[in-house]
Amino acid sequence: MNNTLPMVRLESVHKSFGSLEVLKGIDLVMEREKVTCLIGPSGSGKSTLLRCINHIERINSGRIFVDNDLVGYTERGGKFYEMKERDTIRQRQQIGMVFQGFNLFPHMTVEQNIMEGPVGILKVPLAEARADAHRLLTRVGLAEKATAYPNQLSGGQKQRVAIARALAMKPKVMLFDEPTSALDPELVGEVLEVMRDLAASGMTMIVVTHEIAFARDVGDHVVFMDDGRIVEQGAPSEVLSRPSHARTQAFLRGVLLESAPTAAVTEMS
Amino acid sequence: MSRTEERIETGTGSRPTMTVVPVRHWGQWITAAALVVVLAGFASTLVTNENYRWDVVGQYLFSSRILTGLWHTIELTAISMIAGIILGVLVAIMRESTNPVFSKIAWLYIWFFRGTPLFVQLLFWGYIAALYPNISLGIPFTDAEFWSVEMRDLMTPWLAAILGLSLNEGAYMAEIVRGGLSSIDQGQREAGQAIGMSRARILRRIILPQAMRVILPPTGNNVISMLKTTSVVSVVAFPELLYSAQLIYAVNYLTIPLLIVASIWYLLVTTTLTIGQHSLEKHFGQGHTTSARSSGGVLRNVMRLQRRGTPPEADIATEKAHG
Repeated sequence: MNNTLPMVRLESVHKSFGSLEVLKGIDLVMEREKVTCLIGPSGSGKSTLLRCINHIERINSGRIFVDNDLVGYTERGGKFYEMKERDTIRQRQQIGMVFQGFNLFPHMTVEQNIMEGPVGILKVPLAEARADAHRLLTRVGLAEKATAYPNQLSGGQKQRVAIARALAMKPKVMLFDEPTSALDPELVGEVLEVMRDLAASGMTMIVVTHEIAFARDVGDHVVFMDDGRIVEQGAPSEVLSRPSHARTQAFLRGVLLESAPTAAVTEMS
Repeated sequence: MSRTEERIETGTGSRPTMTVVPVRHWGQWITAAALVVVLAGFASTLVTNENYRWDVVGQYLFSSRILTGLWHTIELTAISMIAGIILGVLVAIMRESTNPVFSKIAWLYIWFFRGTPLFVQLLFWGYIAALYPNISLGIPFTDAEFWSVEMRDLMTPWLAAILGLSLNEGAYMAEIVRGGLSSIDQGQREAGQAIGMSRARILRRIILPQAMRVILPPTGNNVISMLKTTSVVSVVAFPELLYSAQLIYAVNYLTIPLLIVASIWYLLVTTTLTIGQHSLEKHFGQGHTTSARSSGGVLRNVMRLQRRGTPPEADIATEKAHG
């Protein structure tokens, strides 16, 4: 493994749902230990892009590499052979994902949610997994919620547990699919705070978000997508402050107006 | 009790006393009284009407033939239900399969076994020897044969009853399980995939335990209904509870008392099953305290709040400050 290679690399990725083409040829590089923020209007394909990276969605053409490993396929003699489930699973274990709707397992307690992967899949001994889970819960500020059920938590707490659950698998990269979009405004801050800490610890993160303030403060690289294509990308200071493309300018004007109160809350905390 | 009264007094002490007259539902009370009179009249006939022959009921209630029949009924119910549930889960999973052969076969199975009466299916299993006199293991479409058995020896009334009940139940269970599986949000599957779980593991650990909440109540109903449906297997001459009673009254003509004996046992077992169903539902309701169905969970939640003495909002706020 060469540590100068990018963590995630996409080469002319196309994805269609039936006749609807959602990704129209995406080339993108995401560096190690950096936070890449994907922004853009809804329906621009950013969530789909994220879901292709861990092969929850299959791409129609192109290639995706995670840590120099082709995702979902084996390439031999100019052909792509779809991977057996066993190999797909091995790849997914290295890619953490946090969903907009949390998707915690409601029939399990918080610590069971976190331990399900390590104990069930990685075969980590129970005591070790529990200690690990409690360390992660402390890290996301929920140490006392270990035995609570998800429906006893607020949205922000649920999302922090979801982050801990993904981290428990010790992934190389974390994908965040609009992690704060389903939250009440006053709960957005606590989740972003955890993500900020995670970024500071050197985790490679790919974040689909509408939180422009977060992208500006925490993002190392910002990618603006529209209609299945990358319109422009670069450092947040350039893309967010001096967007060169008219579509980016229009989008940012709209979002900043809309999310102004939230941004203020985030800065206060 | 006295403490609550005190609290009410102090709470309303300063206000003038008011007499509250609730709405009187006279019509309801008159109807209810009429019903009670009718029921009481019927109940008195239970005692006064000699034709019930309670002495005979008492004599046969614990007779060995009835108890053997009862045991057969419970055995048939248990085996057919377990087989039906396993079959139902398999068929439901096949039905949802991406492989069109699997899903079509599953559809065909459900179509046939739900579409014909159980009574007819049982007769078919009983008379199957007329249709297939021998069954043998060999290479299909050739004469090569490794093993063979006469159907008449194989298909006992017991096996015919089990096959008929299980295959019929499997078709109904398949639809119940399918409903349960499809009630689970797609995000649950994706969350399982994202942490690297296999499809089989997601089904076993994530989807099925949650689907149980939806699957259990109708399954409980089916168990109870199965217990009574077993009485139909008298057509293949298997001596379960009802058929045992029938065999006795065919000789001594004490039809009514023996039917009462059978009914008492059916009622007793269904009551037991109902209680069991309730506690199972409570178990699988875990983590769903907001649903009105799981009263235990709601209670637990309330107690949790009382212990802590702070509303959940305050809790969130302290954590936010903490984080």
